[in-house]
Amino acid sequence: MQIDLSLLVPEIALASLGLMVLIFGLIVPKSSRKGLGWFTTVALLLVTGLVVAGWDNQGSLYDGMFMVDRYALFFKITFLVSAFLVCLGSMRYVDDFLGDQSEYYSMLIFATLGMSVMASAGDFITLYLGLELMTISFIVLVCFRRTETKSVEAGMKYVLLAGMSSAVLLYGLSLIYGVTGSILIPEVGRAVALNPSPALMLGLVMLIAGLGFKVSAVPFHMWSPDIYEGAPTPVTAFLAVGSKAASFAVLLRVFVEALPGIWANWTMMMAILAAVTIIVGNLVAIPQTNIKRMLAFSSIAQAGYILVGLVTASEAGIKGVMFYGFLYVFATVGAFTVVGYFYNVTGSDEIKDYAGLAQRSPLMAAVMLTVMLSMAGIPPLAGFAGKFYLFKTIVDDYLWLAFIGMIMSMVSVYYYLRVVLVMYRDDPVDSTPINISGPVTLTLLIALGATLYIGIYPGPLSEIVNSAAHSFFVH
Amino acid sequence: MTGFPILTTILLAPVAAALFMIFIPRNEGKLIKCVAAVGTFVSLALSLYVYFAYDQSLGGLQFVEKIPWIQDLGVSWFMAVDGISLPMLLLTNLIGFCAVFASWNVNNRPREFFILFCLLVAGVMGTFVAHDLFIFLLFYEVVVIPIYVMVVIWGSTKRVTKEYAAMKLTIYLLIGSAFLLVGVIALYMKSVGILGAPDMSFTALAEAGRQLSRYDQIWLFGLMLFGFGSLISMWPFHSWSPDGYAGAPTAVSMIHAGVLKKIGGYGLVKIALITLPIGAQFWAPYMAVLGVAGVAYAAFGALAVKDLKYVVGYSSVSHMGYVMLAMACLNVIGINGAVANMFGHGVMAALFFSSIGFIYEKTHTRWIPDLGGLARQTPRLAVAFMLAGMASLGLPGLVTFMPEFTIFIASFEVFGGLAVVGIAGIILCALYVLRAGANTLFGPPRPEYDHLKDISGPELVPLVVLGTVLIAGGLLPSLLFDMINSGVVPLMAQIQNVLQLGGNF
Repeated sequence: MQIDLSLLVPEIALASLGLMVLIFGLIVPKSSRKGLGWFTTVALLLVTGLVVAGWDNQGSLYDGMFMVDRYALFFKITFLVSAFLVCLGSMRYVDDFLGDQSEYYSMLIFATLGMSVMASAGDFITLYLGLELMTISFIVLVCFRRTETKSVEAGMKYVLLAGMSSAVLLYGLSLIYGVTGSILIPEVGRAVALNPSPALMLGLVMLIAGLGFKVSAVPFHMWSPDIYEGAPTPVTAFLAVGSKAASFAVLLRVFVEALPGIWANWTMMMAILAAVTIIVGNLVAIPQTNIKRMLAFSSIAQAGYILVGLVTASEAGIKGVMFYGFLYVFATVGAFTVVGYFYNVTGSDEIKDYAGLAQRSPLMAAVMLTVMLSMAGIPPLAGFAGKFYLFKTIVDDYLWLAFIGMIMSMVSVYYYLRVVLVMYRDDPVDSTPINISGPVTLTLLIALGATLYIGIYPGPLSEIVNSAAHSFFVH
Repeated sequence: MTGFPILTTILLAPVAAALFMIFIPRNEGKLIKCVAAVGTFVSLALSLYVYFAYDQSLGGLQFVEKIPWIQDLGVSWFMAVDGISLPMLLLTNLIGFCAVFASWNVNNRPREFFILFCLLVAGVMGTFVAHDLFIFLLFYEVVVIPIYVMVVIWGSTKRVTKEYAAMKLTIYLLIGSAFLLVGVIALYMKSVGILGAPDMSFTALAEAGRQLSRYDQIWLFGLMLFGFGSLISMWPFHSWSPDGYAGAPTAVSMIHAGVLKKIGGYGLVKIALITLPIGAQFWAPYMAVLGVAGVAYAAFGALAVKDLKYVVGYSSVSHMGYVMLAMACLNVIGINGAVANMFGHGVMAALFFSSIGFIYEKTHTRWIPDLGGLARQTPRLAVAFMLAGMASLGLPGLVTFMPEFTIFIASFEVFGGLAVVGIAGIILCALYVLRAGANTLFGPPRPEYDHLKDISGPELVPLVVLGTVLIAGGLLPSLLFDMINSGVVPLMAQIQNVLQLGGNF
């Protein structure tokens, strides 16, 4: 069997990068490890370049166990861009609070590797392999502040709950295997079309529960506020973006490709799941006083919006998911970078302490304002275009869901504006200006620029996503 | 059509000014104000040029710029003006330019103020020059953010807190637009089915929309009516308007009452009515009733309040009732009157709010019983106030007279008795305006206001510019009406046969 290794370039590069960073940590003296952050950041950018360069190189490996299509490649770009932004924005945070540089950066890289394996998964084993690689790396990252009770507690919770969700997922997969006799996703699809059975339904529900946990869809969302709050802020950002996007990549692959025959059974379920997630996420975010918890609930709501794209699971729906997933990277990483840096300077995550941020650091306040309103879907920011693509797929059949989505996104403006109010209206208690370090400024400017650019001129991104979504249905 | 992209230039001039201001040190207040004035002046001058260079005999869309924007949605950067959008564009820039001078005394964080203000003006303008629904929506909501921030920082807390006012403004606008968005997306998806290819331009959507079934047209128009109606402060979705204006700083009140709420009326005519004529026919009687209810309700509201900004806030709800009534006539005269009244009311409301802003700035009160005799101490300010007041009650010779007269003619023919109720609102209007004017400006001068300085220098700009328009528009109504008519006639011609057929359903 001929194996075209060029298809595996991103994974190979990531794996060796992760190991390299780990080794550097051992051989480089502690005092000169500061460069690791920059090294990782630049290396991630190079890997992103490799993926982009391989845009036309599609195919599948190991008898279909590993699929490289533009769909997978686009998701890989999404993960890599978010890893890049998280690295760039978190150097100072890592210096101040996390200490062990090499382990942090290598875990970050391994988590990214897990995600990109997930995006390319052609069978259930590869899928699970990627998923666990990602999850275990995240467990380490979540409890990285070993001296901080909250962080360790969050890590423990994540171990238990992620373990449970993996168990549920595996059981679901084994049921599907039992009924169809295959673990290859396209073959499962063919078998399902011939023989839909109740056991399959059970497997399906477990699959939704297992992956619903990862995307923190209501009612499987309980873990996320605690863990988002307790984890180190850059990790929270990556968890909110990368882990979610990877799980959506898998969800789409499994549901659209492996289970098309039982379409009618699950679209309604998805619609209800999306509606409940949007409503609960937005409503519970309103009373929060801690900004990380608020963003956690808002990211639950965001997951709900992305689920809307799964309801029809058409090419347009997939396109909506990918488009929204990509712009969500900039919104979330932007917001959490502000939060993380603010914590660096003030040691607080409480919304009330953001008073007067607009005067202390106009850039941080402007980024926060922009990305939050993008999440709320206010034009001309990226979120509006994203929601437009998502909701246009469902107005014909699920008009009620469109109403819920639109009204709830206006409700979300209420709690986002409370933060804006505190940042802009109030005078700061401590009026010393906040000096932002170079890499953080760069991260914030990228987040701001991308959010505005995608919002005002979504054409180019939309073309790319179209071809990616199209590749999904080609084989 | 190729050529100089004049509409985009008009749109971007304030944005460029805002970008430039970012780099000016924050304590250079004078310079910042000058930059804002220059930015808005460029837009004003160019839009005046466009207004008079527009060829009315040709009609239709002119100064067209069209660049493909988002191919797969069929969106293009489609800028064009016709006889309906031009008066609105001119109005925006007139008020934008004057509002800079009405805010000349803002010295608390002036840089942020004028940056947000310029973005606000650009956002409002964008809705009037865009001929593509997606681009229209981009601008439609962009205004929300600057307004919220401006009200919470520079607003005033009198009867309601500014936070309350800001949140109320925002939530009303957004909930309205949530329904509007669903309607727009649904309309768009249906149009893709009819046309076979996605196209978001007003023209294409109108063509597709008219082929929709009666049922679809009715519910889609209903959503748009709610969305645009809550922006134009249609009764009973009007309550943000008095509270919001009271909390907002002068410039925001001027822009909001002057042009922003007109986007609602503009959208109803240029998007909803033209695209969904049968839906419009179904809803017209309701619109008329709600319009008249708004006229009457808000007029009584204006009689009952003692805060000057509330008086004008209610009066603007009342005047928008006339616009709704006029639109509901669904004929050329009615629509002409509606658009002209939006223009007239815009100029008048802006002048009103700017004079109230100056009164408040100088006396630190807007409470009518605490004021009086200001005509002696500040005669020029009194002139501005009375000019606006007279325009408000539709004095012949001012720009607001002809539109109201047109509306009465059109609505009396269509609605009869209902129109009479509406016309009666004029009497109430005279009552509250004259009472507010008399108690504020006339009577014995109060010694505590003896030290007040009359408006002078840059503060005179709103009076001079808006006053000129009020009088010129009154003496030469054809300047306005010919323009509007050249825009309304071809649009109505497109739907006239549908409307007549529709009667048989």
